[in-house]
Amino acid sequence: MTAAVVPIRAAATDAAGPPLLALEGVTLSFGGVRAINDVSFDVRKGEIRAIIGPNGAGKTSMLNVINGFYHPQQGTITYKGTVRRRMRPYDAASQGIARTFQNVALFKGMTTLDNIMAGRTLKMKRGFLWQCLRYGPALSEEIENRRAVEEIIDFLEIEAIRKTPVGKLPYGLQKRVELARALAMDPELLLLDEPMAGMNLEEKEDMSRYILDVNRLWGTTIALIEHDMGVVMDLSDRVVVLDYGVKIADGAPEEVQKNQDVIDAYLGVPH
Amino acid sequence: MDVLWAVLVQPFVDMVSAPDFLLQVLWDGFVGGVLYALIALGFVLIFKASGIFNFAQGIMVVFAALTLVGLYALGMPAWVALGLTLVVMFVLAVAVERLVLRPLVNQPDIILFMATIGLTYFLIGLGEFVFGGEPKVMITEALGLPTGMREWEVFGGVVFFQEIDIAAAAIAIVMVVGIGVFFHYTRIGRALRAVADDHQAALSVGISLEQIWVIVWFTAGVVALATGIMWGARSDVSFALQIIALKALPVLILGGFTSIPGAIVGGLIIGIGEKLGEIYWGPLIGGGIESWLAYVIALVFLLFRPQGLFGERIIERV
Repeated sequence: MTAAVVPIRAAATDAAGPPLLALEGVTLSFGGVRAINDVSFDVRKGEIRAIIGPNGAGKTSMLNVINGFYHPQQGTITYKGTVRRRMRPYDAASQGIARTFQNVALFKGMTTLDNIMAGRTLKMKRGFLWQCLRYGPALSEEIENRRAVEEIIDFLEIEAIRKTPVGKLPYGLQKRVELARALAMDPELLLLDEPMAGMNLEEKEDMSRYILDVNRLWGTTIALIEHDMGVVMDLSDRVVVLDYGVKIADGAPEEVQKNQDVIDAYLGVPH
Repeated sequence: MDVLWAVLVQPFVDMVSAPDFLLQVLWDGFVGGVLYALIALGFVLIFKASGIFNFAQGIMVVFAALTLVGLYALGMPAWVALGLTLVVMFVLAVAVERLVLRPLVNQPDIILFMATIGLTYFLIGLGEFVFGGEPKVMITEALGLPTGMREWEVFGGVVFFQEIDIAAAAIAIVMVVGIGVFFHYTRIGRALRAVADDHQAALSVGISLEQIWVIVWFTAGVVALATGIMWGARSDVSFALQIIALKALPVLILGGFTSIPGAIVGGLIIGIGEKLGEIYWGPLIGGGIESWLAYVIALVFLLFRPQGLFGERIIERV
């Protein structure tokens, strides 16, 4: 596995740091199906938090609750000290929550550059009329944001595909562009839904490095879902484990690894 | 042999032997094409941003023109009436977003398409209720649009140009270039394209669907108003205009549903193609082919290039 190749990360987290995000008793059901059942956990400022669990455990639903795609029937979401029942995607985005998707959700007809620039949408404030003119303030705003985007392009080493429509890129690169778009939002909390799914070893190593660098250099708090246990154990500071919508474990990677419930959930128990 | 001669050779002989007449036909076709292109542009805007084929675009043309004429008839100056019509189109865009699109968000496209059919009949009813069903005359002169006729002596004959047609072409070109640049180089334009590609992803980067939808429907309303003025100036402002709007379908199939240049080129091909067909090939089967030739061209196109001339290539990765 990747255990040997990913550098061990110095703990970036102040264990007593205040939670950036806290979910309290969140319950989400679709009709009769409970996707998430009374789950509480928090994400501390500056940490890398992994959410793991077998397929169908409710991990992606959890992310969708955090960035406002789904609205839980019960429970509260506390983000940056504000308690609320539900997020709206726009509020989540404007308050610094960015995300990537399990099945790459890029703007396929647009170039890499335009995709990443779309991530700057909320940073650009000039109104409709200025936009129409595309002159003066609107233009300088465009240039300023373009500069920020170029930094991200350099960081993720995707200079060569700047002008390529993303629909034509191989899967691994699409994932990287999606990360770039999320980073363009200057997020405080970055949600990554299986950032390494379907990647080969080398691509996984690259992605792990980028995730660590983002966390270390920019202090971005990261919550990620991942199936590759090697990656999860190496990257994350704390791990929360879901199974059938219920939280079955929460703690440091080593603790979670030894937890009997977790082992049972992954391997099954004889009946 | 006679038939082959009549179909393949004779029309071209006619064209060459009377170049002035050919020029006249081409110009008429060009103007018709520009108007088709304008209508198609309205469809493309909404299709790009929401993936909906907006069946109501035709009636929006009629409704905009009727509002303009109706407000002028109340006694206000033409420019005030024009401004107020823009306000009405904006209110319409907001209402459509609030009452039709928002409750149907995340529904399959076909549902939204059905909703636009509903919107069509609602607008027909509302238009008839407020303005009455009889045809009206467009207030061309009050708007300061030229109405004269220009002649051009060429090839030993005379070609006539309606000044309103020249104005229509000029306005269409300005609008198309403006919209094209706006879509390509600004934040809102980028957001529009982003919404068109992937709703969820667009939401996740903080693009407001509501705002984008209002902007596209309003832009489509402005395009509808321009189309209504131009078309109204050539004939009357009547509900029959919305049937002509269906000509946008072959235009879109030809140009591609997602391409602004496609709408223009498609419009011109259809406009010029059907005029040429009507004049030079029509008499062979007794005329009247103008009304269906466009659809035949579109069908042939579907066989060979289903995404249209400029449509986004359908990229499938397996």
